[in-house]
Amino acid sequence: MLPIRLARFGIRSVAANCKRINIGSLSQVAREFSSDERPQFPGSRSQWTEKLEFIRPDLYDGIPVYRVMDRKGKVIDPSQDPQLSQEMVTKMYKCMTQLNTMDRILYESQRQGRISFYMTNYGEEGTHIGSAAALDPKDLIFGQYREAGTLMWRGFTLDQFMNQCYGNVDDGGKGKQMPVHYGSKELNFVTISSPLGTQMPQAVGAAYAYKRSQNGLCVMCYFGEGTSSEGDAHAALNFSATLDCPVIFFCRNNGYAISTPSKEQYRGDGIAGRGPAYGMLTIRVDGNDVFAVYNATLKARQVAISEMRPVLIEAMTYRIGHHSTSDDSTAYRSVDEVRYWDERDHPISRLRNYMLSKGWWGDAQEKEWKEDCKRQVMTAFARAEKKLKPNWKEIFTDVYHEMPSHIREQMKQMEEHVQKYAEHYPLKNFTKD
Amino acid sequence: MALRTFIKRNLILNNKCPLRISQRWSHFTFVPDTVSASEGETQRMNLFQAINNSLDIALTQDPTAVIFGEDVAFGGVFRCTVGLQEKHGKSRVFNTPLCEQGIAGFGIGAATAGATAIAEIQFADYILPAFDQICNEAAKYRYRSGGIYDCGSLTIRAPCSAVGHGAVYHSQSPEAFFAHCPGLKVVVPRGPIKAKGLLLSCIRDKNPCLFFEPKILYRSAVEQVPVKEYTMPLSKADILVEGDDITLVGWGTQVHVLREVCQLAKDQLNVSCELIDLVTILPWDKETIAQSVKKTGRLLIAHEAPLTSGFGAEIAASIQHECFLNLEAPIERVTGFDTPFPHMFEPFYMPDKWRCFEAVKKLVNY
Repeated sequence: MLPIRLARFGIRSVAANCKRINIGSLSQVAREFSSDERPQFPGSRSQWTEKLEFIRPDLYDGIPVYRVMDRKGKVIDPSQDPQLSQEMVTKMYKCMTQLNTMDRILYESQRQGRISFYMTNYGEEGTHIGSAAALDPKDLIFGQYREAGTLMWRGFTLDQFMNQCYGNVDDGGKGKQMPVHYGSKELNFVTISSPLGTQMPQAVGAAYAYKRSQNGLCVMCYFGEGTSSEGDAHAALNFSATLDCPVIFFCRNNGYAISTPSKEQYRGDGIAGRGPAYGMLTIRVDGNDVFAVYNATLKARQVAISEMRPVLIEAMTYRIGHHSTSDDSTAYRSVDEVRYWDERDHPISRLRNYMLSKGWWGDAQEKEWKEDCKRQVMTAFARAEKKLKPNWKEIFTDVYHEMPSHIREQMKQMEEHVQKYAEHYPLKNFTKD
Repeated sequence: MALRTFIKRNLILNNKCPLRISQRWSHFTFVPDTVSASEGETQRMNLFQAINNSLDIALTQDPTAVIFGEDVAFGGVFRCTVGLQEKHGKSRVFNTPLCEQGIAGFGIGAATAGATAIAEIQFADYILPAFDQICNEAAKYRYRSGGIYDCGSLTIRAPCSAVGHGAVYHSQSPEAFFAHCPGLKVVVPRGPIKAKGLLLSCIRDKNPCLFFEPKILYRSAVEQVPVKEYTMPLSKADILVEGDDITLVGWGTQVHVLREVCQLAKDQLNVSCELIDLVTILPWDKETIAQSVKKTGRLLIAHEAPLTSGFGAEIAASIQHECFLNLEAPIERVTGFDTPFPHMFEPFYMPDKWRCFEAVKKLVNY
């Protein structure tokens, strides 16, 4: 084996690498090469076949959907009931219903022009609460934008949600982003960004850093089925498997990416069908079954951390609401279709039925909680609305760790301008210096 | 017999081959920096060795530091990471799959989670798939989160600029794309001594940094580099030659081209040039350039990247604003043309010393 001359670069390194191959291993390789049993390609050593046969993508029904309860909330196989305490299950129920109530109020507030934008979580509450409940509160979450329930589960207050939506002086994000772009350092929820899928390779890098730090935690990455078409999704799944990262990929397959139905998003077996192709453990679950989501996430977490490998969960669900306040989904789907899911397969009603069957809930409690919940949401709402916005000079903060001179210069110029033309700027809505 | 000898004997010496393979055309002569004796022991290093040294120091001192990208494990296609995996381990210096958007995203996440992430993009020409991650995410991470999340411990390194034969996709200088993105830092070294210090500064800087390394300098730039650990300030331009008649601004390889222009101007025009290496493209040191132009009244900016919206445009716009009444002539830019980077025509494309010299002549006689 002669070292091949490479123009300009790498000549010596090729020669150095060649020196490392000794005669003993060369003859061993030669012996393996002479055996006809398996292909020897570095890319694949599977098996030989002499049959010209293409693999058909529609050969099988698709990866089955794991569930614990039927659509009415009755546990099918008792061994799969996670046997959570009444306290835990009640907390799950209250969290889902509070999320639902908050969604109704904030959606309405956008319609009334009080906030600029909102996205509801209707129908997907089970995916949020079921998964969040199975994680360690210190596991880092990278979300897409429809995972508010995971934050709520961890303790993000109604005030904090509302402050961000109003972009007021108490918004943790300092009024920089549109509503629903929440973030929390204490609750280990990375701030949401609008570009889809970008969070996915980031989640993998974070998981790698966690692995190196040996902190016993994993990273949770949420994304929708539409987002899974982005290049970043492919990058993330591939990197996570090749670099052995403790990350759980949780796909909320809710049937729509704005108006694009899933049958126009992919031709294969959903997102779960891709997992084995990347070399990762995969499961598809009923996303409207809180216990199925809980069980799968709990197991995925155990595997991710103990075996240092990624796991893919595809949670099948349905987006009952519009994509956002900028969308009217009656333009692309029937009201009947939406009604079916709202009335016949809703995570909240299924869990309620489970609680009723256990004697943990009743009409009186439902009425009391509904009123209490609404009152809490309304008072938080009123508080958020009254607050001023942050000082307008926040425009110039946090671009860099330290404010460089050119940004400071621009801030000064604007300060002078605003002073001169004060009556043309809505200063009374913003906190003063 | 060896191929080279065969060609030389049978083609070149017989005048049968129009190409003179043994001769290499270069548009510049590298001029090494020197350091004072107070910097301590030095070692002869070229650019890739200095970068290797800087990375080694970073990994030695910061247990969370990791280096990743395509082919970095065996030492990298430009040998910048040679020996690092052996020394620091496979979990700290590792290959990723071939995917620039993945490399950038992975780096951002690792930095967010507390690691010092040093990513390599194999050629700056291939950084574009990572543009979304770099500009929409990394640059804005701190701002959009109200300061509670950031990826300041991310550094992305990439070889850039012309190399003699790189053509369309191995010669690009993309600094201007990123200069337009608030939240990033963009740095271009001119030689080994600067590179070692600047890279360490970038790695330690609390903002995501892009470090573009002129690949033609990897072997040709050799200096006596201090072996100790040291950093160099970002956003501080270097005045390399002091002068009174005209200010010349460049970065990376172009600095060495401009050095020759200074000499030519002195010899042939009796013109005294002030040469400034910008060093950092973003945030850039407007103060130093403005001070110089207020003294000289003339400014020539030269860069390999195409003319329209190249970084020279930003310098020109800002300096005409700062120094309008001091200017004796319009600000001149000598740059690559508004075309993709061609292969065979590289000697005509580059902002070489003759085009720059001609521009100096024009400005001085305006």
